[in-house]
Parts: sequence; structure tokens; C-alpha cells
Amino acid sequence: MGFTWTLVTLVVALAIIWRFLGKYMASVYEGRAKWASFIERPFYRLIGVDPEAEQSWQRYSTALVVFSGMAILFTYLILRLQGHLPFNPQHLPDVTPALAWNTAVSFVTNTNWQSYSGETTMSYLSQMGALAVQNFVSAAVGIAVAVALIRGFSRKGSRTIGNFWVDLTRGILYILLPISFLAAIVFMAQGALQTLAGPAHIHNVLNGVSQTIPRGPVASQEAIKEFGTNGGGFFNANGADPFENPTGLTNLFSVILILSIPVALTYTFGRMVGNLRQGVAILTAMTIIFGCWLAIGAVAEHQANPAVAAAGLTHQPSGNMVGKEVRFGDTSSALYNIASTQTSTGSVDSANDSYNPMGGFATMTGMMLGEVSPGGVGSGLYTILLFAIIAVFIGGLMVGRTPEYLGKKIQASEVKLATLGALVMPITVLILTAVAVSVHAGQAGPLNKGPHGFSEILYAFTSVTNNNGSAFAGLNSNTAFYNIIETVGLILGRFAIIIPTLALAGTLGAKNVVPASLGTFRTDKPIFVGLLIGVILIVGALTFFPAVSLGPIVEQLSKGKLF
Amino acid sequence: MLLHLRRSAIITVIFFAVLGLLYPLAETAIGQLAFSHQANGSLTRYGSTLVGQKWSGPKWFHGRPDGYNPMSTGGTNLGPRSHTLETDVAKQVATLEKDGIAPTSGLVTTSGSGVDPDISPAAAYAQVDAVATARGLPTSQIRQLVTSHISGAQFGFLGSPYVNVLLLNEALSALK
Repeated sequence: MGFTWTLVTLVVALAIIWRFLGKYMASVYEGRAKWASFIERPFYRLIGVDPEAEQSWQRYSTALVVFSGMAILFTYLILRLQGHLPFNPQHLPDVTPALAWNTAVSFVTNTNWQSYSGETTMSYLSQMGALAVQNFVSAAVGIAVAVALIRGFSRKGSRTIGNFWVDLTRGILYILLPISFLAAIVFMAQGALQTLAGPAHIHNVLNGVSQTIPRGPVASQEAIKEFGTNGGGFFNANGADPFENPTGLTNLFSVILILSIPVALTYTFGRMVGNLRQGVAILTAMTIIFGCWLAIGAVAEHQANPAVAAAGLTHQPSGNMVGKEVRFGDTSSALYNIASTQTSTGSVDSANDSYNPMGGFATMTGMMLGEVSPGGVGSGLYTILLFAIIAVFIGGLMVGRTPEYLGKKIQASEVKLATLGALVMPITVLILTAVAVSVHAGQAGPLNKGPHGFSEILYAFTSVTNNNGSAFAGLNSNTAFYNIIETVGLILGRFAIIIPTLALAGTLGAKNVVPASLGTFRTDKPIFVGLLIGVILIVGALTFFPAVSLGPIVEQLSKGKLF
Repeated sequence: MLLHLRRSAIITVIFFAVLGLLYPLAETAIGQLAFSHQANGSLTRYGSTLVGQKWSGPKWFHGRPDGYNPMSTGGTNLGPRSHTLETDVAKQVATLEKDGIAPTSGLVTTSGSGVDPDISPAAAYAQVDAVATARGLPTSQIRQLVTSHISGAQFGFLGSPYVNVLLLNEALSALK
């Protein structure tokens, strides 16, 4: 009963956010919001940017790639030098090269894969100045790409798609920073840590227990970690740690923060292309997929854990509690992990690795669909728009007419770019997984035996290539092999999708608008929503069904068998 | 390209100063002024109410079979068809039954954080008889104590009801 009300609250909150944040984001990226111009203008002067001057898609991409490269370098340096830098009360040593490289790439690509254990690896400076900064920046970059693609649709005969530096700055200044600032206060009020003091040492005279309790500036990082769909936890346990996610309220609040921008961007999209119904159609497709996956996850986790049942406890009225926190319970835990894997967040409030087979299936396949329901900040929208182009192309093939989307003719070059963007992820995931299961260094990773061990490897590459960052965390991935091979997935999954997307924005923006006629396939109608969902599911199923069969599906079907 | 590089370098440094220092330090100031108990770790005389502890012996309420090392958080990550998980749980079931406690799923499984400070109300009630016997106190008194320590779901619907083991045992130690 409580879970029903949780869902009702979530839907109502997101509906309000969709309307107001969506509208606000449109005004931010169309340049109409000006309340922070007293900071913005001097900033542009300092970096020598004319905010009115726009860039072609090539210049926009170059700026984005150069900036991301600089961010990787800077993050890497802070991690490598943290032992010599301030805000390090635990006197932690420098992070090792392979781990620093993996972490730097992963935070710059909005992934936040954690090969490390925060409480014993990262100094406060690394957490605040390296990791949390990239939480903001990578999120702003993602939104910028989505907005550039929207401009491609909304403009005609345009040679430019916006200014990267302006989009980056406005995303942080007008959206991410103010809302994170307020959200962090909610986390603190509920019990999240926010201190620069080092660990606390306690001794309990009642039971003779002594503990060293790690602390740090947690709440400020937690807010942007969820709002920017980043997901990298301050502590190893991530959102399961009571210092990060102390109560049922912060648990739902995290889910709302995670879904806010991806959902609201569909409103921004509709508004900027001048037809809100187009945004509603995209949101409907996202919502239907999300709803189905949430149902699979929540129902699966409400079932008994088979290994616990085999140990003699068949009656498990509170569901599968292995790896879950009592204060959240089974279904709310599933909601959090589904929200975080249907976006590019990857934070967890319960151990994915200990989910029931179909629960693990839901979190893993949610990512395999390309994270479009509703996906990461920006990346969710631009990826689903790639699928939308493929959908209208297939629709066009069926009726034998040149496809159009939002008044733009979809021709060979657009379809090629969209297909490239949609196929990079599955190809990378499958090849990297194949490599890892074939070599000794890869086979040494899994903790669990049988199909679950394979799932751990498959999950890892699915997660890094989708820039998600959640894990079947039994995999020991803090090895040179995994730290380095994962970055291949991280980089391809980010930039090999962003660059075709920006190219698409360029070619679409240069086109003129074809007036809609009676023969135009309407993309704001239920039939398009159905076709879009169909394309997403079919592409996902065709590429991943064989691999998933060897993992969660065989695990689900091997009833009564333990490994 | 050079222009992009120089610009990127300047922006990176400014973002580091604003987002990496100014923002978290401002939040820290707010936390220390307005929420100093929470922001410093919810510490009490006996430890943090947000970090579980291991309680041994029949005189105390026990938490979940976690490692309770806050410097190494996380779950066991054992899969749903893991033999090791089955063995661990079976051991825990046997221990509880030996102590006269009917096992609940929370009491035989480890959590996601490894430091879960709470147990479910059912898991607390299951331990009432054992604790009452060990302390020589009336069962009704202990049961009453548990009931008064149940935190319901927040606002009646968020999360699950729970009992904080540290606060419960602290109150227990004060009983005569």
C-alpha cells in the first residue's frame, strides 16, 4: 500500500517538474533566462567567448572533445596527486595510475563506475574538486548535446547549432548548481554527512564495540550525483549507505532528482520545436518502457530469494532482503535501482548483484535498451531521438515514402548517422564482453559461479558503455585489465554517440522544412509511439537476447539449482 | 584548437574553484550551522545511530548479520543462486534457532550497506522472549519497549517500518 502512494507521489512530482522545469530549461537554452547574467557576462569576457557567436557542428564537437580531454587530464592529476594536496584528513596516498585513469574517464563521461571504494581511496579534495565537479560538468555537456540536436530540428537553413561554451555555462549556472544547492540541504536535514572533519572514532561501553566512522562532504555530492544522473557514491555502498541516503524520504527524493531533467527535457524539446505534442509522444514512449521495467523489477524483488529459501527460510514476506536495507524495503529499493539503470545514473540503494534473477534482468536490460526511458540528462533525449529517426525511416519504408521527422526530410545521411549512434553501444558491449570472458585476466573477475558470474562481466561492460556506472559489484574490477579495457567502452559509449548526434544536428539544421501534407506520417500520434517503442525493443532484443540468455534468463530457469 | 585548449584550461580551473570548493564549502557551512548533529554523523554517546554495531550475547537485541565495518561498506554481492549464500544463511538460521529466536528474512541476510542500523519490527518482536528470559524481565515490558521504538514508514508511506537497534538497546540498558 505504501508503495502505491510512493508511485503516486513520484508521478505527481514528475508531472509538475516536467511542466515547470521543462519550460524553464527552454528559456535557459533559448537565452531568455537572464537572472544570473551578472555572473555570466564577466565569465564570458574572462574566457574570451562572444555569447552571441554560434558554432558549426564541427566546431561545437571539437570544443566539446577538447574540453572533455582537459577535464580528464585535470581529474587524473588531482587523483594522482591527492596525497600531496589539502583536504586529506585520512592522509590517503595518491590513487594508482590505472585506477585514476579509469575513474577520470568514467566521471568525465557521466558514468561514475566505481572500481574504487570511496571511504578508503579518495581524499575530500578528490571527492569535491575532481569527482563532484565532473558530476556537474558531464551533466551539462550531456544536456548541451541534446539541446544542439533540438536546434537542428527547430531551425531551418542554419549553418550553426549553438555555442558549446554558452550551453555548458548556462546548464551549470541556471539549472544544475541552484537546484543541487537546495537538494543538498534536504539530504543534510535527513541525516546525510556534510563536514570537512576526518573520521570519528567511537567506543560503545554497552557492547564493547569500537568503530572508525568515515565522514566527509557527502550531501553536496549526493545532490548533484542524482540530479546530474551521475551516480558515483561517496562511499563504496553508494545509496545504500545511511550517510548518503538516510531515510525513505531521501530514497524517493533521489529517484525524483534522477528522473527530473531527463523527463523535463521532453517538454523542452516539444516547446523548442514548436509542438508540445511531439514532446508528449517521446515522453509516453519513455514512460511505457519505464513502467514495464519497474513492474518486472518490483515484482521480482518482492519474491523470495531462492538461496535463502534453500537454506530453510521459505517464508519471506518482505521479499528478497539480501543486499537491501530495512528502512527502504524490497519494492522501494527496486524503484531506486530501476530508476538509476533506466537513466545513466547507476547509483544503487541495494546490491544489484543479489537481486533475484529477473530483478537483475530488469536492471541490466534497462541499460541494454540504450538508456532511453528516460535516459541520462541529455543523453536520454538525444539517444531516443536517434531511435525516432530510425522509426520514421522504417515507417517510411513500409509506405514507400521519403520519411520526415518534425518537418525535416530524413535521407540517407541522417539514417546512417542515427544507425551509427544506435549501434555503437551494443557492438562495443558484446565485443568487450567476448574479450573479457576469453582471457584469463577477465575470467578472474567474477565473484559468483555459474551464469551469475557471466552476468557480472556482461553487466560491467553494459554499464560502462552506456555510461551508467552501476555494477553487479561482486566483479573484482579494480585490476589493470578491467580498469583499462573498461575505458574503451566508456569513451566509445560517450563520444562515438555524441559526435554522430552533433553531425546530425548540423545536417538537420541546414535543411529546410517540408510542410506537412496528408501523406505525412504523424509523429505526435499513438501509432508513432508504438512504432518507436517497437524499434527500441526490437533493436535491443535482437542484439542482446543471446547474451542475456546465458546470464539472467538461464539463472531464472534453473529452478532448484544452486551454483 | 589552441584557442579551445586555452579556454578549456581556464574554465576547468574556474569550475574547480566554484563547483569543487565554493559549493561544497558553502554547503558545509549550512550543514554545520543548521544541521550540526546530522552533518557530523548523527553521533550519540554510544555511536552513530546511522551505523549499525555488532551486539553479542542473549541480553541484547541483535541486528542483521552484517560486517559492521563502516570503513568497508557494501553488500556481500552473493547472487540469488549462490551456494555460499545458502550456506551462510543456513548457519545464521541455526544460530538463531539455538537462541530461541524464530528467523526472519532480515535477521538471516546481510544488507546493501553492510552497516544497516535497523531491523524490521517483526525481527525485533522475534527476539523479545529471548531477551526477556536473559534479563529476567517480564516479556510484556520488553514487548512494550519494542513497540515504542518502531519508526513507521515516513509520512505513513515512504520506505518500510523499522526499529533502530542502537536506540532500542540503549533504552533496554536503562530498564530496571
